[in-house]
Amino acid sequence: MLLKGKAWKFGNDIDTDVIIPARYLNTSDPAELAKHCMEDADPGFSARIQPGDIIVAGKNFGCGSSREHAPIAIKAAGIACVIAPTFARIFYRNAFNIGLPICESAEAAGDIDAGNEVTVDLKTGIITNLTKNKTYRATPVPPFMQQIITAGGLINYVAERVKNHV
Amino acid sequence: MAMTITEKILAAHAGKDHVAPGELLNVKIDLALGNDITAPVAIREFEKIGVSGVFDREKIALIPDHFVPNKDIKSAEQAKQMKDFAIKHDLALYFEVGRMGIEHCLLPEQGLVGPGDLVIGADSHTCTYGALGAFSTGIGSTDLAAAMALGETWLKVPESVKFIYEGTLPPWVGGKDLILHTIGRIGVDGALYRAMEFTGPAIESLSMDGRFTMCNMAVEAGAKNGIIAPDETTRAYVEGRSRRLYQFYASDEEAKYAAVYRYDVSRLEPQVAFPHLPENVRSVSAAGHITIDQAVIGSCTNGRLADLREAAGVLKDRKVHKNVRLIIFPGTQEIYRQALKEGLIETFIDAGAAVSTPTCGPCLGGHMGILAKGERAVATTNRNFTGRMGHPESEVYLSGPAVAAASAILGRIAHPQEVK
Repeated sequence: MLLKGKAWKFGNDIDTDVIIPARYLNTSDPAELAKHCMEDADPGFSARIQPGDIIVAGKNFGCGSSREHAPIAIKAAGIACVIAPTFARIFYRNAFNIGLPICESAEAAGDIDAGNEVTVDLKTGIITNLTKNKTYRATPVPPFMQQIITAGGLINYVAERVKNHV
Repeated sequence: MAMTITEKILAAHAGKDHVAPGELLNVKIDLALGNDITAPVAIREFEKIGVSGVFDREKIALIPDHFVPNKDIKSAEQAKQMKDFAIKHDLALYFEVGRMGIEHCLLPEQGLVGPGDLVIGADSHTCTYGALGAFSTGIGSTDLAAAMALGETWLKVPESVKFIYEGTLPPWVGGKDLILHTIGRIGVDGALYRAMEFTGPAIESLSMDGRFTMCNMAVEAGAKNGIIAPDETTRAYVEGRSRRLYQFYASDEEAKYAAVYRYDVSRLEPQVAFPHLPENVRSVSAAGHITIDQAVIGSCTNGRLADLREAAGVLKDRKVHKNVRLIIFPGTQEIYRQALKEGLIETFIDAGAAVSTPTCGPCLGGHMGILAKGERAVATTNRNFTGRMGHPESEVYLSGPAVAAASAILGRIAHPQEVK
């Protein structure tokens, strides 16, 4: 699958409280969460982005809480993919489980500037910066996690298992 | 092949003799945990799987603790969703307000987690139970949903990092200071994807409550789990308390570590983490003049009896500064009761503090202690991210209970020795 969008830049250690503050966690409605996505780092962010845009951030993206509301808010806001050198482990897992594409690439995260047009080929892990005419490579996704993606998320993967075994 | 304690527990739950870092495992779980924020999402996903029931009604703990007692109508709806699910599936481990506690204080106290267990929880501070010599880690709601259906989950075996704490802890220095010091050295991603194994003489002499505090904050260094090999202190804690058979594991001498850090803590001062990351750590004497509006003592990090005793030791016969609100919230009803018996609650009220029923409320900016724009708090909680305790332009400074109590009295960040 080829994703294409404009890059929005964020710094290192973007935590889940910034991605979706706890004051909005009295709901898990994706549309409601989307309105407040990244609010404490960039007020009005969700209103300015276009569906398909891409977040490019620094190291340790998604650190902090286990709240799945964080990747849900990003996905529901219309962000197609998050690129960062590293992700906090629970966020990494949650993103796969709910079907938010993420790419680990220090090279891409460092070189892509705000506003650059970027494409991401999830199958090959190749990230292309159309503005700068450069390509970068993402860390390959472990085969087991590719199975989860192929199944359409963890719940579908588990549902298939349950159907076949029980 | 030599293994670390983390690898041994994972191997045992995967039905293998040996595992190595990087290996992907399907593991059986002893307990799965959710709370009033994460469980509603998990329940929604669980309903999509197509199973008629949960894998084991006695191995799923659902604990309303974040926004309870319900702070608003929406929170009440979420708590009700969780309660309805617990009733429908006849779950043995649902704890209603009045009998509940902050999850990571409650489960060990009730003997529901023990040495050698494998626990996953839809809360990042699930890593707390490593203090008992268990493998425990935080996961998201969808993972919890799958675990509730299957009784198992997949995990990648983490590399282990060993931390050796040499020396004897000085007065007023405890588990919180050790872990803040460590995060200050290695950074908030210093142990990313890894197991943090805490060892050495200072750990051996640390109370169970101090050990819970340390393992609780392993996630603040990015770790998958924190762990301490069980010893006689652990045995004394779990005996007569554990509701399951438990097993003590220890790392082999030849076990491999990705890194080994050694700290001499004999001269360590109480530590304070400055906004807006837990890695911005300074010794309290280097804090400078930082006035505060609020002090919070409690949470899954420091809401246990030893923490309340430490705070009461500082607050006894003293008054909270006129410009400061001090909010103290015991971690469980049992801790509350014991604090009452020991006269700690009276000490707090005499000092001019508010004492709350157990809740995670203030720690994550939920309720019961929200900060206004420009306000500053010193808190014994675990995170000081932007807006963590309220307004995005408020500030949180993390410390142990003694520093928080001393700061509440003096109206600024202070060393407990400064309190006359």
